[in-house]
Amino acid sequence: MTMTPTSPACASTPRSAPAQTTPARPPQPTAGLLRGLRGLVSTPVNALLTVLALAIAWFLLRPAIEFLFINAVWSGHDRAACLAGEASGETGACWPFITRRIGYFVYGQYPEAQRWRPNLAMALCALNIAAALWPRAPYRGAALFAFVVPFPIISWILLYGPGFSGLVTVPTNLWGGVLVTLVISIVGIVASLPLGVLLALGRRSRMPFVRAASIVFIEVMRGVPLLAVLFMANRMLPLFLPPGVLPDPLVRVMVGVSLFAAAGMAEVIRGGLQALPKGQYEAAAALGLGYWQMMFTVILPQALTLVIPGIVNTFISLFKDTTLVTIVGIFDLLTTIDVSSRDPAWATPVTVSTGYAFAAMFYFICCYAMSRYSAAMERRLAAAGSRS
Amino acid sequence: MRAGQTVTTSGRAPRAAWWGNPAVRAFIWQALLVIAVISLFVWAGRNVAANLRASNITWGFGFLTEAANFDITGSLIPFRAGDTYARALLAGFGNTLAAALVAILIATALGFVVGVARLSRNVLVARFAAAYVEALRNTPLLLQLLVWYNVVLKSLPGPRQSIALPGGLLLNNRGLYGPWPVAAPGWSALGLGLLAALAVSIGLAVWSARRRRAGRAPLALWLLTPLVFIGLPLAAVWLTAGTVAGALPVTWPELRGFNVGGGVTLLPEFVALVLGLSLYTSAFIAEIVRSGVQAVPKGQREAGRALGLREGQILRLIVIPQALRLIIPPLAGQYLNLTKNSSLAVAIGYPDLVSIGAGPVLQNTGQALEVISLIMLIYLALSLLTALLMNWWNARMALAER
Repeated sequence: MTMTPTSPACASTPRSAPAQTTPARPPQPTAGLLRGLRGLVSTPVNALLTVLALAIAWFLLRPAIEFLFINAVWSGHDRAACLAGEASGETGACWPFITRRIGYFVYGQYPEAQRWRPNLAMALCALNIAAALWPRAPYRGAALFAFVVPFPIISWILLYGPGFSGLVTVPTNLWGGVLVTLVISIVGIVASLPLGVLLALGRRSRMPFVRAASIVFIEVMRGVPLLAVLFMANRMLPLFLPPGVLPDPLVRVMVGVSLFAAAGMAEVIRGGLQALPKGQYEAAAALGLGYWQMMFTVILPQALTLVIPGIVNTFISLFKDTTLVTIVGIFDLLTTIDVSSRDPAWATPVTVSTGYAFAAMFYFICCYAMSRYSAAMERRLAAAGSRS
Repeated sequence: MRAGQTVTTSGRAPRAAWWGNPAVRAFIWQALLVIAVISLFVWAGRNVAANLRASNITWGFGFLTEAANFDITGSLIPFRAGDTYARALLAGFGNTLAAALVAILIATALGFVVGVARLSRNVLVARFAAAYVEALRNTPLLLQLLVWYNVVLKSLPGPRQSIALPGGLLLNNRGLYGPWPVAAPGWSALGLGLLAALAVSIGLAVWSARRRRAGRAPLALWLLTPLVFIGLPLAAVWLTAGTVAGALPVTWPELRGFNVGGGVTLLPEFVALVLGLSLYTSAFIAEIVRSGVQAVPKGQREAGRALGLREGQILRLIVIPQALRLIIPPLAGQYLNLTKNSSLAVAIGYPDLVSIGAGPVLQNTGQALEVISLIMLIYLALSLLTALLMNWWNARMALAER
């Protein structure tokens, strides 16, 4: 029984060979402003559609803009400032709720004096990702390796501060907010890359047991909801370990997220392996390279480059999916917002919606930027593919 | 094509060392993996046994037949305290399927509309569709569900100020209320009539396709199908009850005292879950539809024009069938994703499979291993079923060429 990948984790994940299914570009409607404007009323149907679109915009965008900007309260110390507008019936966002508590939303209860450490780790992360993903950067392979091996170790020492490091130890139950969101999703992606490569190779292996084991793992992980995996990691994992060993809750969740992401990553990488022309495998074999030599020097560098868009898309869905950890009691961004909005000092009718608006903007900016990068990379790869 | 381990030995000295033999190597690798997996399982199993002994829990599925001491409100399959745990899980699964099915219908309709709108030559429409897709796709589903539940539905007026929607629907902060049929022979006849209409219209479509392939004029399906779907059920009702209007009694929701009574009630949790799931998934479906339509080569339309087909015919006979071939497999994947995502119901308190299983059932029995494995198995079965269906579909639809 062969199970073809029928359920991409998100729509933009390449289903099979990315080189074949490069989705056509979205239409670029603004060839000329004038032509575009004339296009709005060219036929009666078109004119009707235009009116309909404007009406929808009026009913959806106007309240949103009013809430976010026009009626919003921009400064204040507590809920009093935000309740002032309430009397006049104008309900707008209560932005001081965000600006006054931004530290909590970003770091959770991480001690203020120690916050340079997460800052440093985030800066390192940004540099490392830029070096690995910017197409023209030198030593991209080395940057990728640094991201997978030294970077996680350095960040762990920085963030946690184990005894030997000389730093103040900050236990993970003090971590929170954006920091935890980033830590979980980056651990997920870093762990899922090597695991995903192994699983993808295993699934294409000729050894029946290796292949069967890979297929079972991948299909089970992709067949169940992430939430079930998180419950498994949270409730079942401690049972599988020797009595008395109880890993940190954050670590348990990371294990669950990583295993789940590895299965998705394996399918993305398999797409890349399948898309490589047969000649590459044959040429490597003709050179007398062994299996691992062939994979690491010839096949994987090309296959991984091909699937960069898919990897980024996997990361986008992983990044969004980290919000689920709030259900198993981890303090991610959504949990910090939820907790803060129940603070009596900020109790107003708009507190929750302001918090959600902030979270939505945070996620939208991150995910949209990544999806733009992924799309640009896809075009670049398609152009490179058509040149050869 | 398998260049892996097989090729290296040929051309070397005839007496290669045994460890250079690919078959031997493969065997050793696999033996190592088997040993590693088995020892992992044995180790974990022993730990489980020790842990269960320490916490006085006996392994097994016997708890499923025991009586539960909690109620589930708003469940499709009724459940009260005293029913078995197995029934609780079944009720949860029924709720999962109910929410998923409704959401799938809405998501598909919305997704197709938005996907086509993205291809519109009307700049405004195309841009709005693009904004819709990007906004929904790039924010977490959980956040969207929380917004629907905690912000939008909570801010609705109370029952006494219910918002009246077209079609006799009432909306307030306690849910969505709609008309509901009262059991009567007319309704059974209507159901049978609809089934018959479905069968007849499929038959007509097959017949029409056969006629077209034989070179004769196809049937006017655009006229016949609606006629069959309206005519047959009405005829069935009329034949059973002798009248149409009186044979289909309905209760309407109305304000009674401080609450709305009559009709059918959809709890706010259900409404929020279905809204969130269907809007989120519709953005992904829209992208699938867009790229499916765009993937049909321009030459196909041009060939249709060269044959003298009208634009509508080109769309119906040439573009849509080819686009559907590309759209359906990822669409099935999205349906599966939606069903799995319905587990986020936990966050807003809708009693689906995961929130009942990992909630009251697990809390009351402590059988974490069994409950979570059961939940995973149920979802896995759904996935495998979809995968098998899709394999069958792909094998059927695979083009002979290429």
